Amino acid sequence: MKNLMKNLMKNPLFVPVICLGLVLLFNLLTNAGFFEISIKRNNVGNWILAGNLISVFNNASELVILAIGMTLITSASGGQDISVGACVAIAGGVILKTLASKSGVPVVAAVSLGCLVAMAFGAFNGILVSIFNIQPMVATLILFTAGRPISSWITGGLSPRITNSVLDAVGNVIPGVPVPTPIFIAAFCVGFIFLTLRFTNLGLYAQAVGISDKAARLVGLSPRLVKFIQFVVMGLCVGLVAFIKVSRVGSIQYNYIAKDIEMDAILAVALGGNSLSGGRFSMTGSIIGAYTIQAITTTLLANSVPSDALSAYKAVVIIILVVIQSPVVKDFWRRRGKTDPGDSSLNPTKNGLPPHPQGAGPKANAGPNAGPNPASGSAASLSASLSASPAANLGPGPLPSLAPALGAGPVGT
Amino acid sequence: MAAKDLSPKTRSEPMSDTTSLLIITVAIFLVMYLTAAYLFSDKGFAKPQMFFNLLNENAALIIISCGLSIVMIAGGIDISVGGLTALITVACVVHLNDMEGSSFLTSLLLALGIGLAFGLVQGFLVAYLDIQPFIVTLAGMFFARGQAAMIDTQTRTVANESFSALAQMRIRLPIGSVNNNGVFVQAYMELGVVIALLVVAALFVTLRYTTFGRSLYAVGGNKQSALMLGLNVKRTKFLSHVLCGLLTGLGGFVFLLHVRSGAVTHAAGYEMDAIAASIIGGTMLTGGVGNIFGTFIGVLTKGAIGNIVRAMGLVGSWWPGITLAAMLCFFLILQSVITSRKRAKIG
Repeated sequence: MKNLMKNLMKNPLFVPVICLGLVLLFNLLTNAGFFEISIKRNNVGNWILAGNLISVFNNASELVILAIGMTLITSASGGQDISVGACVAIAGGVILKTLASKSGVPVVAAVSLGCLVAMAFGAFNGILVSIFNIQPMVATLILFTAGRPISSWITGGLSPRITNSVLDAVGNVIPGVPVPTPIFIAAFCVGFIFLTLRFTNLGLYAQAVGISDKAARLVGLSPRLVKFIQFVVMGLCVGLVAFIKVSRVGSIQYNYIAKDIEMDAILAVALGGNSLSGGRFSMTGSIIGAYTIQAITTTLLANSVPSDALSAYKAVVIIILVVIQSPVVKDFWRRRGKTDPGDSSLNPTKNGLPPHPQGAGPKANAGPNAGPNPASGSAASLSASLSASPAANLGPGPLPSLAPALGAGPVGT
Repeated sequence: MAAKDLSPKTRSEPMSDTTSLLIITVAIFLVMYLTAAYLFSDKGFAKPQMFFNLLNENAALIIISCGLSIVMIAGGIDISVGGLTALITVACVVHLNDMEGSSFLTSLLLALGIGLAFGLVQGFLVAYLDIQPFIVTLAGMFFARGQAAMIDTQTRTVANESFSALAQMRIRLPIGSVNNNGVFVQAYMELGVVIALLVVAALFVTLRYTTFGRSLYAVGGNKQSALMLGLNVKRTKFLSHVLCGLLTGLGGFVFLLHVRSGAVTHAAGYEMDAIAASIIGGTMLTGGVGNIFGTFIGVLTKGAIGNIVRAMGLVGSWWPGITLAAMLCFFLILQSVITSRKRAKIG
């Protein structure tokens, strides 16, 4: 029993599941009507499911998609992309402008263009991070500042309203289907990323680069390329989110669309039990985290908290969560639990060492002779920690060619 | 001890990152401003008041950016400053308007108290519980804005005599310009500018010549070696956040002096403006490199961009943002190139 508890606590999904459980428990105790799902006829005459749970799933769709990209970026680069909200505004502006300019343009073309533009901006971020070695949060600060102005530049400061049956079907419901469409889009993205992680090395490489840049280079990966790819993937996610956002209302307000969503996405990653300084990640955790955040928001709104004051409650939740997850507090509980001293296998990034030696400024790499030794040491620890990691840590399951891919030398560069 | 060892070492190098980045920043600002003064002299750029208006409008941002620079030099970040400023304006206005016996002095104490409280809590969470500063201060930002909305969602103007008297204080300068009617008009500064300049001077000295200042650089540059030098890394980080909170408190008060109203939406995006100003001023987000004077110039550069873009006739509301971002991009790449060249030289 004690062992079972310990194993449960060690599972990376422990924290996110407990958090979600707490939110749901709170609702169950205070307002059982939260779980009520009814079927109603909307104003067009379609039967749709309604209720708080449905609205949680529906409104979390954008966040889930962004959390996927954010998890990958966090894992590979040890930083976060704070420009996603602004990039959603840009992509939304492109989609809207394309649809508004010529009525003959099919939605697919407009969305593809939006996704391409978003991926181009993602690539811009990626170049700054990978080639110029700028911290991700700082590099994306550029687009964070410029994104919404660029969006208003594209649309000329206007926000035309588009009425289009395809957009309506994507943003709300497909006639005949009682479930809001964004839920399906999010589910599709989740399925797609799990398949990608299962059958490609995307996730493995991201973790390898995130754990140690140098070690990854020594086993033949190109850290630059790996980081770059994550940002382009994020661009694709941003394009999709912009599509959902635009189709929900048929328009955008470039100053308010997806406002603060980057914060929620980062929070989702943190809530998912992932270290924000990179390395190993759990995609399942992030996705549960995203739904948890939306559940918190919906719960607060259902309890008639004014939407302006929402953020104060969210902040308290964030602080409680990060304090629980902080290494110091975890250590404290571990010591009180009197586990054997050999068990102190802390994540190397949490020991106070900078996660990326090359990013820590010139003073960090003081001597040339300091280079090779830690690098080879961390290479060993990297492969050890990767091959020893239990299946649960790698999200959907261990990748098929886990150890061989790392040992085989130059791959994927 | 450690402080005395550190400062000659940085100076004996051909040119430290801090110095070279500072020189570039100052040079760019001067070239930009003087060119604008020459090209747009008909639009008032050559008038001294234009420059002092830049200071008047950005006094609060200067103080806040200084606090942020200190945190950044110590290797952290604080994105709660914008929300905190809004909270302070709202709280102070409520205090000044609705409470008996309130004066500018009590509101200043209130502002500093709120800032100090945020600094203490955030500093404790970052330094002693080892939580990522970005997440802690993100929560701080959410909390501050939400709390401000809970206090009052309306925009309210200050109606307090002692405060208004202070806010309307103008410091006339011996320089000025001749206006359209041929009358000589003296340039003026607001009180906030004096406070901001004093803060810049005090912090400049602190960072350069005190043990605390030098240990900030040491901790930001390399935590491990700072620890081995015997510096109290945790306390230094903690103090950097406390100082940033206090400075934001002061900055919030100066902000209130300038706008004379309190609203939840005040100081929107200030955190990013302050970070941008610090980066333009040569502070590196990786820590260990930075200069308070550079930050001061960074804020002025940021403010001047808006004026110049407007003078160039680009009326779209989007131009200042795009230009600022382009500038930020340039400075970041510049920093990156300097760092990588240095690393190549080391080996």
